[in-house]
Amino acid sequence: MLKNVNEPNRTHSSFRTNLPNYILLAPFVILFMCFTVIPIVSSVVLSFFNFDMINMPSFIAFDNYKRMLVGDKSFLVILKNTIILAVITGPLGFMFAFVLAWFLNEFRPAVRTVLSFMFYAPSLVGNAFFIWQVAFSNDSYGYANSLLLSIGAISEPVQWLKNAEYVMPIVIMVQLWQGMGVSFLANISGLQNINDEMYEAGAIDGIRNRWQELWYITLPSMKSMLMFSSVMQIAAAFSISAIPKTLAGYPSVNNSVDTVVSYLADVGNVKYELGYASAISVLLFAMMFLTRTFVAKLLNKTGK
Amino acid sequence: MSVLRIKMRRLPILNRFVADRKSSDQRKRFTRSRAGTFFYVLFLIAFGLFSVLPLIYCVCTSFKPIDELLIFPPKFFVSRPTWANYLALPSLLSNMRIPLSRYIFNSLFITLFTTFLYVMISTAAGFVLSKTKMKINGILITGVQMALLFNAFTLAIPRYLIFSYMGIIDTFWVYILPYCASSMGVFLMKQYIDGAVPEALLEAARIDGAGQFRIFNQLVIPMVKPCMMTLTLFGFQAVWATVPDGTIFNESLKTLPTIMANINAGGIARSGSAMAVTVIMMIPPIFIYIITQSNVLESMNSAGIKE
Repeated sequence: MLKNVNEPNRTHSSFRTNLPNYILLAPFVILFMCFTVIPIVSSVVLSFFNFDMINMPSFIAFDNYKRMLVGDKSFLVILKNTIILAVITGPLGFMFAFVLAWFLNEFRPAVRTVLSFMFYAPSLVGNAFFIWQVAFSNDSYGYANSLLLSIGAISEPVQWLKNAEYVMPIVIMVQLWQGMGVSFLANISGLQNINDEMYEAGAIDGIRNRWQELWYITLPSMKSMLMFSSVMQIAAAFSISAIPKTLAGYPSVNNSVDTVVSYLADVGNVKYELGYASAISVLLFAMMFLTRTFVAKLLNKTGK
Repeated sequence: MSVLRIKMRRLPILNRFVADRKSSDQRKRFTRSRAGTFFYVLFLIAFGLFSVLPLIYCVCTSFKPIDELLIFPPKFFVSRPTWANYLALPSLLSNMRIPLSRYIFNSLFITLFTTFLYVMISTAAGFVLSKTKMKINGILITGVQMALLFNAFTLAIPRYLIFSYMGIIDTFWVYILPYCASSMGVFLMKQYIDGAVPEALLEAARIDGAGQFRIFNQLVIPMVKPCMMTLTLFGFQAVWATVPDGTIFNESLKTLPTIMANINAGGIARSGSAMAVTVIMMIPPIFIYIITQSNVLESMNSAGIKE
């Protein structure tokens, strides 16, 4: 009612009536522009230039992209690593974050609280993943080595983190260890809020077991939450870099676990080839965006 | 099979964990198979151990005296706990000319200040995006949703350029500003306010003559406390663990994660102290989680993205 009365007034001086809103919104918008929008736009533009921060940028059209996909052999290895890591840890992380939350949902609140803390603890403590470095350290003091030595499976310590064969599975495991994150909490919260009547109606309609209930009721009710959690997992899976850098060093042996994000830091912050780094960033953004679109299509199929 | 089923039924411990079927929390649905529940418990225990054993190991190791650190084969638990590894930390850092207290101060100051700014900025923006119908809202909401995909790691290089143009490299601002721009906070807050703050209430306040600032301050902020707690957790957790890559060179501006990495590089003899720093690093986020967790689980329900 009041809105209608005020309407002419509002159009008359809409800037003045909206001024408080602009003031409340301004800090976020300015920071969002500076640190998210402009960086993305500027990397698209700079990807067509040769730029080292000292000389003026010179336009080189698609040369950066050509170099990336044809000329730079180590980049192709790194791209392959990133895709392997993303394809494995992304879906698995997404599944664990949902399945664990779904299992927990059957338990009493107190048990749920304790267990969710346990699962979330590794992501909570941030940089603590280097504990795994001790477990897989190269000498016989390492946990894996001493265990295998004492049961006689190996005769001398294995160089876990210096061996291209072992280092990738280890990084995947540590990433999954720390992979619960925000999406796990969102799933727990979402599952608790599914309306009980849905389940009761489902039981009347002939749902007999957990699987049918999951497919026909739980998943469709959780669709928007699953979209959120897949976005979080995509963001995490494509930005893996701290874990391999800490465990295997950079560059790792034969580039076996170097990722695009760690390569970016090298090309950009160490070699100052910012045009080239921008082209790599653009490729990374494009891959993430396409994955998101693909997952959105896939999720629309649940419950059908 | 029937033998197995009888055995399952004789495991009363399972009933102590699984929610009481008669409580209002659990609904009449279908009979849950005991085997299924048994599998649930088994899986949860296995994953729970995988999650926390490394952390328990870390705590144990931080209390080990030097001879227990070097013992072969290594032991999981500590038999003669000592504070030596913690007490050795300041002297380990003495060759860096910066005292440990400086790093602790930097970490705490940066994290608390950034988290506070982040929560306030996100709440203000979330409120406007949720409860007004300005023309830019639509674009901003889409932008924020898309930006959820790109975190600080993937944006590192283009952000580095912005930092150098603004001339804030090697200042505290490189820790503070980018995180305040994180879209997650605004996204969660906007969704939460959509559900938690009824339009009619704001309308009533407007009739009583309250301006937008007063409505925000006295009405909205008390109503969105759970979501603010959630943002506090995420903000604290992320900023606390931030390692500035190539943007901080001045040793006196560095934070705890950096010295954690330095000490950790010292090998087996220092592993006790490395674990001690890690334990110190673990305590604040765990503390914040314990305070906020019930609010987090309540408010995260609104996080869904509709496509």
